[in-house]
Amino acid sequence: MKQRYLPVAILIAVLAVGLALPLATNASAPGFYIEVLLGGLMAGVLYSLVALGFVLIFKASGVFNFAQGAMVLFAALSVARIAEQVPLWAAVLLGIAIMVLLAVVVERLVLRPLVNQEGVVLLMATLGVSYFLDGFGQTVWGSDIYSIELGLSKAPVMILGDLFKGGILINKDDVAAAVVAVLLVAALAVFFQKTATGRALRAVADDHQAAQSIGIPLNRIWVIVWSVAGVVAVVAGMVWGAKLGVQFSISQVALKALPVVILGGFTSIPGAIIGGLIIGVGEKMAEVFLGPVLVRAFDLAGGGIENWFAYVLALLFLLVRPEGLFGERIIDRV
Amino acid sequence: MSAQPRPFVEEAPRGATRRVIGEVILSVEGVSLSFGGVKALSEVSFDVREHEIRAIIGPNGAGKSSMLNVINGVYHPQKGTVRFLGRPRQDVDTHEAAAQGIARTFQSLALFKGMNVLDNIMTGRNLRMKASLLAQAIRFGPAEREELEHRAVVERIIDFLEIQAYRRTPVGRLPYGLQKRVDLGRALAMEPRLLLLDEPMAGMNVEEKQDMCRFILDVNDEFGTTIVLIEHDMGVVMDLSDRVVVLDYGKKIGDGTPEEVRNNPAVVDAYLGVSH
Amino acid sequence: MLYRENGQFKTSYRQDEALLPILQDRVFIWALLALAFLAVPFLASNYLFLSILNPFLIMALAAVGLNLLVGYCGQISIGHAAFMAVGAYAAYNLMLRVPNLSFLVALVLAGLIAAAVGMLFGIPSLRIKGLYLAVATLAAQFFIDWTFARVKWFTNYAPSGSVSTPVLDIFGWRLDTPARKYVFLLAVVTVFTVLARNLVRGHIGRAWMAIRDMDVAAEVIGIRPVYAKLTAFAVSSFYVGIAGALWGFVYLGSWEPLAFNITLSLNLLFMIIIGGMGSITGSFFGALFIVALPIVLDQVPATLGVPLSTAMASHLASMIFGALIVFFLIVEPHGLARLWAIGKEKLRLWPFPH
Repeated sequence: MKQRYLPVAILIAVLAVGLALPLATNASAPGFYIEVLLGGLMAGVLYSLVALGFVLIFKASGVFNFAQGAMVLFAALSVARIAEQVPLWAAVLLGIAIMVLLAVVVERLVLRPLVNQEGVVLLMATLGVSYFLDGFGQTVWGSDIYSIELGLSKAPVMILGDLFKGGILINKDDVAAAVVAVLLVAALAVFFQKTATGRALRAVADDHQAAQSIGIPLNRIWVIVWSVAGVVAVVAGMVWGAKLGVQFSISQVALKALPVVILGGFTSIPGAIIGGLIIGVGEKMAEVFLGPVLVRAFDLAGGGIENWFAYVLALLFLLVRPEGLFGERIIDRV
Repeated sequence: MSAQPRPFVEEAPRGATRRVIGEVILSVEGVSLSFGGVKALSEVSFDVREHEIRAIIGPNGAGKSSMLNVINGVYHPQKGTVRFLGRPRQDVDTHEAAAQGIARTFQSLALFKGMNVLDNIMTGRNLRMKASLLAQAIRFGPAEREELEHRAVVERIIDFLEIQAYRRTPVGRLPYGLQKRVDLGRALAMEPRLLLLDEPMAGMNVEEKQDMCRFILDVNDEFGTTIVLIEHDMGVVMDLSDRVVVLDYGKKIGDGTPEEVRNNPAVVDAYLGVSH
Repeated sequence: MLYRENGQFKTSYRQDEALLPILQDRVFIWALLALAFLAVPFLASNYLFLSILNPFLIMALAAVGLNLLVGYCGQISIGHAAFMAVGAYAAYNLMLRVPNLSFLVALVLAGLIAAAVGMLFGIPSLRIKGLYLAVATLAAQFFIDWTFARVKWFTNYAPSGSVSTPVLDIFGWRLDTPARKYVFLLAVVTVFTVLARNLVRGHIGRAWMAIRDMDVAAEVIGIRPVYAKLTAFAVSSFYVGIAGALWGFVYLGSWEPLAFNITLSLNLLFMIIIGGMGSITGSFFGALFIVALPIVLDQVPATLGVPLSTAMASHLASMIFGALIVFFLIVEPHGLARLWAIGKEKLRLWPFPH
């Protein structure tokens, strides 16, 4: 039994060592190290927000929603463009309404006809939805770069100047993003644990047929789940959009969120957060500290470790612990 | 077990055939298997002689399918050994078991739904087809000859099972009884020394059962294949088998000829007097 | 009346196992090949070669490769364009560094190198499947992308990271016109398609399909999953590597590091979903569709008097792709190839209703 945990333990140990190395070898000033760490955590929060949507949908319907990134983009676009005409709070509400409508349409047109197919078919169907939504969003809202003004200054702030030489630079909107993420997760936790709908969702996630047999309407549940994921998409879209500007590269973010759910487990909400943080920190650390080492060692044309680090890490996790850190063990029955 | 059921096969009764039952080719020795806390098999031991038909019977959940799974390497027992052709097998995988000459059918029909009948049975010849990738890509020459040679063998099996008309039909479209025949055909294509049949008659009507019994007997007679089968239908068991093993809650409670087993009080108790 | 097997008796297994057992199919294919080889080079315009025919042929080859892995063997890969990159860069480096190397030899060697890399990245398939394997293949895509962009040796230390290739010379025949390139591509693709068709009909093809349909049962038959899956990855990557080399040398002429990115991988996947998974013919349909649709969207609205900006056209293409993927997955998971087969079935009966 203990044998099973050995490879994961080794992997985590290697990662921890890698994390501590720059500090231990004094390759960088502690203040800078903390900055990079915080930067990674903030990026991780953004990934987690997208991954949350994945996990919600997968938990309740077993569908892997490749289109989550496109949904985040679509939500962001909708809010950004509507906010040009009406105050932000109204735009947000309208954005949520649009995402709910989208949830209904997707459930009716895509999910219901494919209800009994295997995971890969559904994955490809959501891939199709993703492409469609990409094109549709840009057709309706346009493909320029739009911005979402959350009223926070973008200027970085210096903190802990007396503890560390030079202090640590952090961005206010990053902090806001982290706060939002925490609030969202808390809200979702309350929703799932305390409300009747939340309980129904958990029942469906556990066992579709059993849930149906006690009268839970599967189709309506899926609409609810996709709507909640849509709300998460709106939040994620706004946070991303405020930070980066709303541009279509956001949908590529969806791909980055895949390693997050691999690490965290497809069915775990805390896993999505922790996985996101690990990926965010790992990427940044690898780019800033490992990158120059590799460039020197192999005479590379620049860094770019960020492009593949998350996926390779996910691959390693897949080989030692496919269910992720917090997911459920997948048992192959004959 | 009250009235003598009418024999399924209107032939000479068992024991009066031309076959000679040979030496032990499979011996199960003290096999124990558990999943987590559940004990599927406890210290089960029996042997199977060459050319015989051995039935494994028992109430539901007795561990019969698990026993077959152990024999062909799907499950690995925690204790005990399985000896095939004298060689002990520890942790042998299913495809190694296949290479050693053990074939099996599944209760839930593990046919390849994406292929037709001919291709399904041809997969049974895979172990014996040796043409390299390049040869197969070119096809002309040695690969073609090998393919035709094995096609001929498979066609004989198709004739034997009387499914010629369905050669090119995707197996998913066939009725259940015919699918079972394809399953059997695929196992036969492996030319196995030992054939494991997991409830070959399940879900069949009387006619289909008679056909399947006939096929099983013919396989045993013509090819001399040793057969181990799990079956619930007592009439079939009594007619077909040379010897019977009875399992209940993972333990062996009976082992002998059909008559011996039928009169064994422990067996009768286990079945609570259910007869077919 | 036209398309009947009536009267075509097979008197040997050899006849039944022919590549094209039905006479009408044989006639059709030979006629098509004759048209393709003898008529098209002289009749088609340069524009047709450059924008549709040549890319279609290369993409069809790549789609066949991907189909072998995904459609026949059931192993998902959403990073397959990376192996096209391997083939392209391998061919480039071979032609660059080995003096007097014939392009055909370089092509096959590049394919073999891509096959080896493909096998390496196929190892995860031995332990994971489905969506998990899909994520693992993404690792291949992004890592290989990065390798070719950053490791300067591969691009011969070019400052921009782009490489360019000379005009090809096949046994003295210079491929300097689109028509000549077309004929070369057609020849290569025809040969490789026949090889693929043979593989799929052989015992390795059946082993792949067995693994796809029910890998547990396949093992019980004696099929070794490791061998089947790794050969699927290897052969698939071989095809895709050759397609990559052809794409770079014959079609593009020069390419930059991200020419073989995730978008291309997803396009390949779309080709086989729309065209038909598990069907060689389907790969051709899918490739033609994906290659032709943007052109159609570009040209047709203009000729109809409805102007469409290029950005708009590409958005529309995205929407149509997405909608069609969902449509085909729901209505006809076996894609256009199945619709074609159904059409032929109906043709057999025509003019009778049943």
